[in-house]
Amino acid sequence: MALLEVRDLSVRFVRKSEPTVSAVDGVSFDVHPGSTVGLVGESGCGKSVTSLAIMGLLPGRGTEVSGSVNLEGSELLRLSQREFDRRRGKDLGMVFQDPLTSLNPVVPIGLQVSEVIERHRGLSRRDASREAARLLDRVGIPDPDRRLKEYSHQLSGGMRQRALIAMALACEPRLLIADEPTTALDVTIQAQILTLLKELVAETGTALIMITHDLGVVAGMCDEVNVLYAGRIVERAQRHELFSRPRHPYTAGLMASVPRLDSPRGQRLAPIEGSVADNIPWEGGCAFSPRCGNALAVCGERAPELETIEQGRLLRCHNPIGAAELERAHD
Amino acid sequence: MLRYTVRRLGQLLIVTVVLSVLLFGWLRALPGGPVSALLGERATEESRARLVQQLGLDQPLYVQYWKFVQRAITGDFGVSTGVQPGTPAMEVFLQRMPATLELSVLALLLAVAVGIPLGYFAARRQGGWLDNLSITWSLIGVAVPVFFLAFLLKYVFAIEFGVLPASGRQAAGIDATHATGFFVLDGLLTTEWDAAWNALVHLLLPAVALSTIPFAVIFRLTRASVLDVVEEDYVRTARSKGLGAMVVRGRHILRNAMLPVVTTIGLQTGALLSGAVLTEQVFNIPGIGQALSLGFQRQDYAVLQVVILATAMVYVLVNLLVDLAYAAIDPRLRTR
Repeated sequence: MALLEVRDLSVRFVRKSEPTVSAVDGVSFDVHPGSTVGLVGESGCGKSVTSLAIMGLLPGRGTEVSGSVNLEGSELLRLSQREFDRRRGKDLGMVFQDPLTSLNPVVPIGLQVSEVIERHRGLSRRDASREAARLLDRVGIPDPDRRLKEYSHQLSGGMRQRALIAMALACEPRLLIADEPTTALDVTIQAQILTLLKELVAETGTALIMITHDLGVVAGMCDEVNVLYAGRIVERAQRHELFSRPRHPYTAGLMASVPRLDSPRGQRLAPIEGSVADNIPWEGGCAFSPRCGNALAVCGERAPELETIEQGRLLRCHNPIGAAELERAHD
Repeated sequence: MLRYTVRRLGQLLIVTVVLSVLLFGWLRALPGGPVSALLGERATEESRARLVQQLGLDQPLYVQYWKFVQRAITGDFGVSTGVQPGTPAMEVFLQRMPATLELSVLALLLAVAVGIPLGYFAARRQGGWLDNLSITWSLIGVAVPVFFLAFLLKYVFAIEFGVLPASGRQAAGIDATHATGFFVLDGLLTTEWDAAWNALVHLLLPAVALSTIPFAVIFRLTRASVLDVVEEDYVRTARSKGLGAMVVRGRHILRNAMLPVVTTIGLQTGALLSGAVLTEQVFNIPGIGQALSLGFQRQDYAVLQVVILATAMVYVLVNLLVDLAYAAIDPRLRTR
């Protein structure tokens, strides 16, 4: 049985005097214990909103969340804030994008780690502090006893993200959500943080939802990948399947726009034409069709459904890559 | 931290010296002067000349100033000529200071105790009835002049309903021991509870009148600051850890939101001291505010000098304390 079952999750932002924005539109996926699932897409595709909806951290006013988020048999979307507070940090934790702004500048690092231990594991202030030192040591922060008393401005970017990871994993949650955990870091530090996350996930058996726009991160971390576009999943596949045979033109476009060391000299990168601003609403057809090289007439008229094309593989496309080749093979 | 404190105290010295020069020249440039104030318009030339000489006003200004400085260093600011004729100016100040301090501290406590929680809850329910009501209230607080509000409060609560006393610091009939000059404190120290209560009741109306402007400023700033802070990523992090509402509120929101508020509390001492002049007038409280207005009416150089200098020093000192407190809350200022 899946650890987390997300079914038909939709998030709509309703603002007075502004048109309603559908940020997430019927997203469903499972996360199995100990596995790593990627949510991939460019800015505004709804990947962060999905994670905040799972965590129950979306602003209450002006937000409509529907569908179901089921963690180990309990429905998270029906929890009150008070009930949710007893689960957040304990059963599910989150690591955020920008470690500088995600740490409280006027509270010592040690207290920011130990407060979550105190809260959920019922340890005394002193024991929690000792446990915090052990955790800081585990995430690779040298001299943890001294660091406990320091503040976020005294730590480097990588240290800050390590501290945030220590906080999120302090109670060994069953599920960890990492929202672009390396985007704000130097390239060299990025690799260290990813390695650390990988180690910790393996060690604690925590399932991980990895949210990223970086296909390199996906290739290094994820078992299964969901590609999101304009609030909907457009393709799902196991990592190797996805990289060796991308079927959705958007997935293929993402891969083509990543520079590769083994590409011939002088070959230009192929970015995806246009921007999310060119999207059409899903009601009127495929949102990606204005930017799609494979678009047919039908793409601008009717939105494609998410269909299972083979075992463990889902696709939402009228004219996927490789369709013409397959047809020719059939003839 | 120590070096910083010493430097700031040095600044205090400079402020005091510059202010004393300005004050000295400016008071003497005013038309009239203590002689006419003391003797009246129909005094003879002879008696005028005698008094001028007696007060040393016939000497050049710089000589007068130098003599003033020499005596001021020993704490002697001359003798009051108008407010309490014959009493040393310093004594006049020391007698009256507790009344003003008591009033200002109570007013500031009221402003903080009401302004900060109200600012927090107004922000958390932005656009709700509490928010709108508090904003309107704080607008009225700033817009209505202190003396008008003081009269209004006095009229309604003291005269129409008669629930609170209209003037003074303590009822005449109460037999109270006055050790420190702070009447509420005296009552508490000597366990004369009725005296302490009576003094507190007398302070209530003037303190409410005096607190309106500081309250409005503190409320507004707290509200704006909380609105900013709740949007911060670290508040989201705190909530992602499932900390209880109290911890998120106190440790993660308020602690950050208080930083600008603390600074403004220091700046409000200015508003308190100037407001005290008017409030003490309306409620007939014998404090330094009243001494200041009497001093101007009667051209009492000695009292004016000591009161204005001391007030300025209090203002600078309070703001030094506030800056030190700021560093205590914000670790980013401590390490450099």
